[in-house]
Amino acid sequence: MDWRRFAVIALVIIIMFGTVVLVGIAHDSPLVIITSMLATTIAVATPLTLGALSGIYCERAGVVNIGIEGMMLGAAFFGWLASIYMNTIFHFPAMVSLLVGVIVAILTGGLFALLHAVLSITFKVDQIIGGTVINILATGITGFLNRQMFFGAGSVFGGQVPHSPGVLPRIHIPLLADIPVIGRIFEQQPIALTALALVIITHFILFYTRWGLRTRAVGEHPRAADTVGINVIRMRYMNVIIGGFMAGLGGGYFTLESISSFEPLMTNGRGFIALAAMIFGNWTPFGAWAAALVFGAAQALQINLQFFRTSIPPQLAFLQNSYVVGLAPYILTMLILTGLIGKTIPPAADGKAYEK
Amino acid sequence: MQNSDEKGFAKNLRRLLDSLLVPVLAILTAVILGGLIIKVVGGDPIAAYKGLIQGSFGSPKALSETAVWATPYIFAGLAVAVAFKGGLFNIGAEGQLALGAVTAALIGYALPTWLHADIPAYIHIPLAVGLGMLAGAIWAAIPGALKAYTGGHEVINTIMMNYIALNITSYLLNGPMRDPDPLNLSARTPEIAVSARIPPIFNNPLLRVHWGFVLALIVAVIIWWLLWKTTLGFEIRTVGANPDAAKYAGINVKRTIIITMAISGALAGLAGAIEVTALNYRHELGFSIGYGFDAIAIALLGKTNPFGVILAAILFGAMRNGATRMQFLTQIPVDIISVIQALILLFVAADAIIRFIYHIRTREDRVVLTRGWGG
Repeated sequence: MDWRRFAVIALVIIIMFGTVVLVGIAHDSPLVIITSMLATTIAVATPLTLGALSGIYCERAGVVNIGIEGMMLGAAFFGWLASIYMNTIFHFPAMVSLLVGVIVAILTGGLFALLHAVLSITFKVDQIIGGTVINILATGITGFLNRQMFFGAGSVFGGQVPHSPGVLPRIHIPLLADIPVIGRIFEQQPIALTALALVIITHFILFYTRWGLRTRAVGEHPRAADTVGINVIRMRYMNVIIGGFMAGLGGGYFTLESISSFEPLMTNGRGFIALAAMIFGNWTPFGAWAAALVFGAAQALQINLQFFRTSIPPQLAFLQNSYVVGLAPYILTMLILTGLIGKTIPPAADGKAYEK
Repeated sequence: MQNSDEKGFAKNLRRLLDSLLVPVLAILTAVILGGLIIKVVGGDPIAAYKGLIQGSFGSPKALSETAVWATPYIFAGLAVAVAFKGGLFNIGAEGQLALGAVTAALIGYALPTWLHADIPAYIHIPLAVGLGMLAGAIWAAIPGALKAYTGGHEVINTIMMNYIALNITSYLLNGPMRDPDPLNLSARTPEIAVSARIPPIFNNPLLRVHWGFVLALIVAVIIWWLLWKTTLGFEIRTVGANPDAAKYAGINVKRTIIITMAISGALAGLAGAIEVTALNYRHELGFSIGYGFDAIAIALLGKTNPFGVILAAILFGAMRNGATRMQFLTQIPVDIISVIQALILLFVAADAIIRFIYHIRTREDRVVLTRGWGG
């Protein structure tokens, strides 16, 4: 990740924030607007960051993972289901239920990843197809169980969606959160804070530990790694499953931290945008995180422009249309992938099954 | 001479049976697993599958509806299959289909108003369908060109184009193209003119099967001819098999990639245009959720062969169609079909698993479908 890329990211974010500040200046002070936008940006970037980290673990070890979307969707559903079960059937307190939900979400991601690993590493299935299988499977299973559990014959919850235990509460970090106005930025929910920590931890693991060196060796030149005694198959399995845990936590964000309900297809392409963030960040944790922030900012732009829509000047009337502004993250992804901002280099053995 | 011919025939038959064996076993395994899932959630798998078959093949009406369901699946399955043949993975059939449908609907209802004249059907229908195809072709050619000239991966770009298409159609159907009928509460276009409608095959309101189904079968034959009997088809397959070799053989790889995507998108656009002109007579938001992913499963199940695609599309059409009756009879949600279809895809894609379960010898010639990020 070179400085030019970070400069471009900073510029794009500043332009988006600037637009909203200019439009909203009649309603609120710039400081308030920027703080609220930053809070939204970080929140929206959370599942993208975790999805991108999932991709980084898998692809640094040489396994392409386009199943992140499905892993997140599955994790969102099963994590939510577990928290409801704990809360309504076993009468555990809301916080305990939610924590169990988070754990189940992480494990669900891991389980889907295990399937991906079996397909792509052991059975050497085309990894793009394997990922697609996971996406379709997750859509089917969550759609089926969602309807069966709540509306189907003999449904456990008597034919209606039960009261959910709510969402994970904001954590009040003592000193930082006490700062007036901008303190709000630091008052985030636990998965968002964990995602930030995981960016730093992943960077450290990848570039400063033996495990990371071996992971990268396996992803760049598996035969050489094999020759010096690294177990290629085992390294790939472990990293794909760790990647699944990341995607699982990211999925948990949707139903346990963002809103307290599940809707079919609710991940809405976030897994693919996470992949784009990973590529833009050149397969590095900090780069991916920065790219995730850009998409978060695009979302914050859309939400805030809707909020201030009455003050949008007539020359910029197109910004009033939520469908037009809603295109921003997707077009941004395509621009990034077309290499407008420099070439990206994937790990050399990415996507290739290892044959001894 | 005769002897060797017979030998060749026997060999061909064996090869055909071998190529059918794995898909059939994959379907069987998926159906058994699906039955287990139904059992686990407290349903009766036998009754469910009985309802499924009854609803898809049990009566003339059921058969007709299966064909109605299979029609867009054949077109969309062919779309994905052609891209696979060219070494490209088109996950964007959904968006291309939606734009094809919107365009066909627009031409269908608005053209007579624009021209202040009635248009004869033999001009109106081809125009609506043709422009629908063109819209799909353009929508797919964009990620094709990005792939050819910048290396941006088509998997992500076609998915992004899906979301962009979804936003555009949402905008159009809620705004400029919304049905102005005061009783209309949904995001849909007005009905298309009678002159733009493809007629049903039978003069019976219960049998909705239309000439679009026949067209789908014809298009499958055309695609087979295109891929195996023309220079363009040879170029597409060569680029798909080995782009480096294709380049050295003097094939313009970039151009071939864009053309492949355009043909693929045109077929997906055709799927949408036919749904509008032959079945629904309008485009409504959310009518096509999931066609894109189903098309991938159909293309893979049909081994990217046009005739295989027809069989796979009829199977998927039958399942989707019968599922409604199954849900009515047994209260098993129709979504179980998606699970079974995903399992079929899983076992077809990972035929090693099927070969492992049933102890079938591994075939030597593996088809390369995609090539990671590098392309």
